[in-house]
Amino acid sequence: MSTTPERTGSADTSISGAEIVLDNVVKRYPGQKTTAVDSLSLTIPAGEIVMFVGPSGCGKTTSLKMINRLIEPTSGTIRIDGEDVLTQSENDLRRRIGYVIQGGSLFPHMSVAKNIAIVPKLLGWDSSRITKRTDELLELVGLDPSRYRDRYPRELSGGQQQRVGVARGLAADPPVVLMDEPFGAVDPITRQRLQDELLSIQRELHKTIVCVTHDIDEAIKLGDRILILQDGAQIAQYDTPEVILGAPAGEFVEDFVGSGSALKQLSLTRISEIALRTPTTATVGERTDDVRRRAESNGDMAVIVLDGRGRPCGWPWLRQLTGEKLVEPTEELINLDHRATLNDALDTMLSSSHGAAVVTGDRDQYLGVVDFRSVTEHIRMLEEQAARD
Amino acid sequence: MTDTLPATRSDSDVGATPAPTGSSRRIARLDRETTLMLIVPPVLVLLVFAGYVLWRQTADLDGTELRQLRWSTVITLIWEHVRLTFVSSALVVAIAVPLGVLLTRGRFRRLSPLVVGVANIGQAAPSLGLIVLLAIWLGFGFWTAVLALTLYGLLPVLRNTITGLQGVDPTLVEAGRGIGMSSAAVLFRVELPLAVPVIMAGVRTALVLVVGTATLATFINGGGLGDILQTGISLFRFSLMIAGAVLVALLALLIEWLGRVLELLTRPKGL
Repeated sequence: MSTTPERTGSADTSISGAEIVLDNVVKRYPGQKTTAVDSLSLTIPAGEIVMFVGPSGCGKTTSLKMINRLIEPTSGTIRIDGEDVLTQSENDLRRRIGYVIQGGSLFPHMSVAKNIAIVPKLLGWDSSRITKRTDELLELVGLDPSRYRDRYPRELSGGQQQRVGVARGLAADPPVVLMDEPFGAVDPITRQRLQDELLSIQRELHKTIVCVTHDIDEAIKLGDRILILQDGAQIAQYDTPEVILGAPAGEFVEDFVGSGSALKQLSLTRISEIALRTPTTATVGERTDDVRRRAESNGDMAVIVLDGRGRPCGWPWLRQLTGEKLVEPTEELINLDHRATLNDALDTMLSSSHGAAVVTGDRDQYLGVVDFRSVTEHIRMLEEQAARD
Repeated sequence: MTDTLPATRSDSDVGATPAPTGSSRRIARLDRETTLMLIVPPVLVLLVFAGYVLWRQTADLDGTELRQLRWSTVITLIWEHVRLTFVSSALVVAIAVPLGVLLTRGRFRRLSPLVVGVANIGQAAPSLGLIVLLAIWLGFGFWTAVLALTLYGLLPVLRNTITGLQGVDPTLVEAGRGIGMSSAAVLFRVELPLAVPVIMAGVRTALVLVVGTATLATFINGGGLGDILQTGISLFRFSLMIAGAVLVALLALLIEWLGRVLELLTRPKGL
């Protein structure tokens, strides 16, 4: 299996992230017998996404919050780009570190634009620069600025709030972004989209992202490296997802990663890496008879309907085609982005009556269809490969 | 994008058109009950006041009554009453809000039950007793009355300030600190704005308490509409008692209404 592009992206020259080094970091809370974090040493390379995972109470969030000093370490040093965080003022430090929290944690009395503009304002940017930056960020996270900038958080869906939360974290273009269970509060389909978008944003920006999650699948999907912690923030394993799945260090990691690591491998493969099937397509406004004939000659029972701009909008069975001309189906079609993983694809397929899912590329352009056969073929290939190793 | 907008809001689908401005939105958001509470009291006050004017012009009053209900006298008394109410309420806000903020910060948090307890005593003590005791101690007059009324109105605002600040989602406070806002910035730009609706509800309660209690100011020579009532009671004139009571009730209704309007106007957008 070839390495996916985003996993080599960190070697790019345009890294804007900074290296983070934790050296013997200890956090002991007064009055508690056990140490929350017991001598954690770790290097987070610049421009990579590092996922902190572990059971609850293992100290992963504490470790994250010590990086921006929301929690002060008892001893040890943390350096960002060689600079000790303890020598800087808390507020200056945090203004140079993006912080994204579960659900977005937007301030409900401020508009979307004001929420994003907080840090740039604290840094004293002038208002025209702030406006430009806000719009730029809204575009980046996939929200139309003219439509969303003046809305209030409660007028947004959970996924949209989380997008604004990400935009706020990136507002002042910080080299380091900390994320605390960023996508924990949204539904699975939205979560998958947000993860895909984060990856595409990261391909562009190359920040150093430290992200806490309790979801090993999310860690495998997003992480360039995964840090698996056990009680007292003891490192169980710190390595790339491929190594953690292929060679888990000890029983704890094996248990934590869970059974079916072949299945987990699915989280490592993007849909863009496998061959797509291309069933019959039709465009809204075509004559139904022509479409039916074309589908039947291809041996298809259903057609994928595209709108005028090449975006899939429905997948009706032939028997559902009525009327003289093809109209836009009312039923909502759940598309898969080509950056989604095979795991996501399986999820979507299972809920589809076609046993397959429509794949779209940039700007929702139609690419093809992924079905169970192509996924099982891929699993078989992985197994053969594993057997050879 | 598969995210759907909440369908319950009528203006969710404004599309590319700019969203309506704040004020029109705020008005549009008023529910039935709020609208009624905004319209009914002033109308009621006007009607009853018209009735009073009619009675005052036509009733057969003797010299004492006429002197007490002379328009210039009544207007002076109303003005005194309003002044007592507003000065005391302003003092209440000036004392209770900062005190409430202080009692939700760090190490002062432990003192909060103690202070709320003291304020509770201030309110539980009979208001007449409080006013008279203070007058014996500090002398008669306007400012002693203001002091008594301030003590009396302190509790609701103090308690609501503390409750309002405690009710702010702690993750929002941490979010503010986490992105680099100073603790003062978090207080003024996040915590206080979010607590404003609760604080203002306390202010309205205080206004109502104070406007009613200000009737007692007359006993220590503090002025106000209590004068008419007191004269009525001591001279046993029903007309004066009723006229005084009606005027105080109308003023209280009006001030309560004003409190509601204030609550509505100070409510941050987006909540």
